[in-house]
Amino acid sequence: MARRVEAIVIGGSAGALDALNAILSALPAGFSVPIAIVLHVSPERPSRLCELLATKCALAVREADDKEPLMPANVYLAPPNYHLLIEKKRCLSLSVDAPVHFSRPAIDVLFESAADAYGPALAGLLLSGASEDGARGLARIKASGGMALVQSPETSPVRTMPEAALRLVPVDHVLPLSEIGPFLARLGGQRTASAEDQ
Amino acid sequence: MDAQVKQPTDLDLELGLLLDAIFQKYHYDFRRYSEASLKRRVSAALPAFGCETLSRLQERVLHEPKFFNELLRFLTVQVSDLFRDPSYFRSLREKVVPYLRTYPSLKVWVAGCATGEEAYSLAIVLAEEGLLDRTLIYATDIYPDSLRKAEAGIYEVERFSRFSESYQRAGGRASLSDYYTAQYSSAVFDRALKKSILFSDHSLATDSAFAEVQLVSCRNVLIYFERELQDRAIGVLRDALCRKGFLGLGLKETLRFSAHAAAFTDFVREDRIYQKV
Repeated sequence: MARRVEAIVIGGSAGALDALNAILSALPAGFSVPIAIVLHVSPERPSRLCELLATKCALAVREADDKEPLMPANVYLAPPNYHLLIEKKRCLSLSVDAPVHFSRPAIDVLFESAADAYGPALAGLLLSGASEDGARGLARIKASGGMALVQSPETSPVRTMPEAALRLVPVDHVLPLSEIGPFLARLGGQRTASAEDQ
Repeated sequence: MDAQVKQPTDLDLELGLLLDAIFQKYHYDFRRYSEASLKRRVSAALPAFGCETLSRLQERVLHEPKFFNELLRFLTVQVSDLFRDPSYFRSLREKVVPYLRTYPSLKVWVAGCATGEEAYSLAIVLAEEGLLDRTLIYATDIYPDSLRKAEAGIYEVERFSRFSESYQRAGGRASLSDYYTAQYSSAVFDRALKKSILFSDHSLATDSAFAEVQLVSCRNVLIYFERELQDRAIGVLRDALCRKGFLGLGLKETLRFSAHAAAFTDFVREDRIYQKV
């Protein structure tokens, strides 16, 4: 793969948690790029997402703190009730600006800021979901020269989100869930965990 | 195009010029605000004012006397709740108040108070702990419209069922309705709370400390600043705090990356309450 990806952003909503678990568990400990994620979650409850995702993932998974620098092999989740953004100085920042698509965190907010910060060195992945959040963001990533990826609607429990993206964006790859983890593992410059075990 | 030597876009150039114009004409300094979210807010102002470009906004800032105050609504973030993050207020009540009790008179600073909810929340905690009579709460913000709303202490009554729940989870000793009078769709806070709060204009980006205080609550304000501006702001807060004074930040804000990290110790780590060394 010729292109050099320096960060990956992922967004999802309904049906995306299982997908995310499968994807993250396919990434090896030596994964060379940071990953920032927005999952739509209830704003009121404290989030158990990190613990849930960390159990099967070889990378460090945690909720983002404001102005945290993006480090390789780290997975940053948007905290409940905050938008997550990436600054040009390649650190994370948070905001409590108004919800977008009725959601805070919103995927568009992360994707659009990441596209501005990383340009062609970014890959964006949109998973299963019941909202149209993320489609515009993915379009911005593509327009900035980055790579646009979508979970195939056939493998998405809820197809609204991937289908909205496919209508709007000439994506680079539509991938079935089983292929996403290995694909990202290659993007991150490492073999998959299972390949390494062999 | 090489990602490492990216040319600034027209939007980046225009944003820089707009912020310069605002600073030079009105002395509001947004130049070191976190760019990603500021850019979103400024872009949202374009359709609201029927402007095509940020350059057009800049022209109106310079030539229309009343325009800047309207634009300010988009540049600042005026989101607040009563007892937002109940565990923070519970920790203040249970862990910080015992220290505050030892002072014969108290000064508290709510920096970046928006429409005042945080200041009233603190006033309620201090009232229930018997400290409000000897406390002066400074509540400051850069946005005059918000300060006016905060001073009026009038909020939509429909928000109060959620606020009541947060108040209870924060360890409230009474009923939130003891502190306000409902009039039609509005809830008006009691004068007893209001008279202990002094609302005034202050900018963490351009002003200095103005009093010595025992507690600063500055939550979800620093997230809008770049690291360098955060350092300036935290320096101002540090200057205002007495020795062993307390600093409360938002639940996702941290002093970990700050130039002033060594000036504070963790006091309640999970609620981001720090104590000045």
